[in-house]
Amino acid sequence: MTAALKAWRDMPTILAVAIALVAVQVVVAVAAPLLAPWDPLYQDVVARLSGPSWAHPLGTDRFGRDVLSRILYGYRSSFLIAFAAVAGSLLIGGTLGLLAAYYRGWTDRIVSRLMDVLFAFPIILLAIGIIGVLGPGTFSTMLAIGIVYTPIFARTVRGPALVLREAEFVTAIRSVGAVDARIIVHHIVPNLVGVILVQTSLLMSAAILVEASLSFLGLGTQPPTPSLGLMLVEGRNFLALAPWDSIFSGLAILFAAFGFNFLGDCLRDQLDPRLRD
Amino acid sequence: MPAGLRLITQRLIDLLFILFGVSILTFLMIRLIPGDAVQIMLGANAEITPERVEALRAQVGLDRPLVEQYFVWIGDLLTGQFGTSLWTGRPVIEEIGAAAVVTLELSLLALALAIVVAVPLGCLAAYARASWLDVVVRVVTVAGITIPSFWLGIVLLLIVFAVAPGMQTFGYVPFVEDPLGNLQIMALPVLSVALPIVANLVRMVRTAMLDSLGQDYVRTARAKGVGESRVVLVHALRAALVPVVTSIGILTGYLLAGSIVVEKVFTLPGLGRLVVGAIEERNYPLLQTSILLVTATFVLINFLVDILYTVIDPRIRR
Repeated sequence: MTAALKAWRDMPTILAVAIALVAVQVVVAVAAPLLAPWDPLYQDVVARLSGPSWAHPLGTDRFGRDVLSRILYGYRSSFLIAFAAVAGSLLIGGTLGLLAAYYRGWTDRIVSRLMDVLFAFPIILLAIGIIGVLGPGTFSTMLAIGIVYTPIFARTVRGPALVLREAEFVTAIRSVGAVDARIIVHHIVPNLVGVILVQTSLLMSAAILVEASLSFLGLGTQPPTPSLGLMLVEGRNFLALAPWDSIFSGLAILFAAFGFNFLGDCLRDQLDPRLRD
Repeated sequence: MPAGLRLITQRLIDLLFILFGVSILTFLMIRLIPGDAVQIMLGANAEITPERVEALRAQVGLDRPLVEQYFVWIGDLLTGQFGTSLWTGRPVIEEIGAAAVVTLELSLLALALAIVVAVPLGCLAAYARASWLDVVVRVVTVAGITIPSFWLGIVLLLIVFAVAPGMQTFGYVPFVEDPLGNLQIMALPVLSVALPIVANLVRMVRTAMLDSLGQDYVRTARAKGVGESRVVLVHALRAALVPVVTSIGILTGYLLAGSIVVEKVFTLPGLGRLVVGAIEERNYPLLQTSILLVTATFVLINFLVDILYTVIDPRIRR
């Protein structure tokens, strides 16, 4: 505990700010149902398309649904989808990258070629194609983003793992008879934590944006479930009348994606001594 | 064989392999659809008869063995036979071509704008390193990267509604028909797509400039008494542009992603509308061909950037 406290105290202010920002966001996402003043599906028909007021702090949409409550729930589902997708691609892509680097030879050739092919597709187009196969929806979106990010994690891990595999301390451990699994889990993975943290943070940010884009295109979360991308497109038709849901849901996407990108950026600087001042 | 030529040959082999892999994955797309793709394609059509199902199955080529299907499909594509769209009866390539022109115009204009704005800003940011301005640049660029371009489009629309209600913001006209009208329609979409690219590029230029400002030849130039602006603009920037050129390959991905969603905000008839429409209409062959052609173009762009990189930077050739 004291070690954690010390680490926190020694941290550069900018990194501490980034961590705090992401922490607040995670709390908001998790506690969304407690924070939302209304049921996100409740239609206050009398107050349709109204501006911000005491009853509806961010106004209402065309069905009279509370924009703040819908944003909080949409924020939560953005986080969940992005988290599931990034965690899945880290697990599969990271493992593939590790195995490719550690065993080299055919394992490496097959994994790397497969990842190169997946990587060749423009991210948004591959995601759209996968959703084309599976049909639009929340689960398809999660899976699509997960598949699209798998080669990125495989590459992120493979490069540094190749270097570590040849490092002297690994040779030393191998010479005293440690088995492959132990070398990988106890000696290589811990040294990759930094790179993985940076990439995970940056991809969380990107995943939130891709999820919003797909929902915006009508391929992600389906109505009436609250979703930030969907709110943007629904509000687009009533821009002149009531821009509230478009403006605030876009700000929520920006805020969510900003936190993780900023954190990834600060972590990268912290871990790369060349970039440190 | 000279090292440069060997490298290009190696890259060419990689390129063919990747294109082959991409074609296999795209080919499998329709075959991976859960259930009977042909039934789904006909959808809620009231007059589904077994004959129509079989006719469509034969038209899409799903009635033959899998390996044969692939070779027929890829053979047709390589000989330029892209088929006709299932529902409109127009040649698929015409539909994709018309949409690609819009997306391409949007992307190229956005890229050009981004380069013009970002290179000077990136230099400035590198120069102001470790000052309060650096922190500002950092926060602004991270925010720029994470701005959803479709939201930016909507905000720009709102601003235009308020400031210049008369401005034409919808209704696409091709550039060849009405150049001025076309540019007026494209102004807001281009701005929306360009801003996140600007933010990305500023960061890349900044990092590259920081790297090159620290090099010996810059110190030598300064020691010789070369003026500061010449050191930055000629000696440092030239070397810094190499990584920037390579990043254009990566940026094309952002450009496409940005264009596809921004097209929807401004109802432009580009690739975004085409592929999303294809999913909504369950026009799988159109979706498949679009994905394959766009991805192949991407792979080729990246290949060319790779080659260009080796030409610009002799260090890579070794």
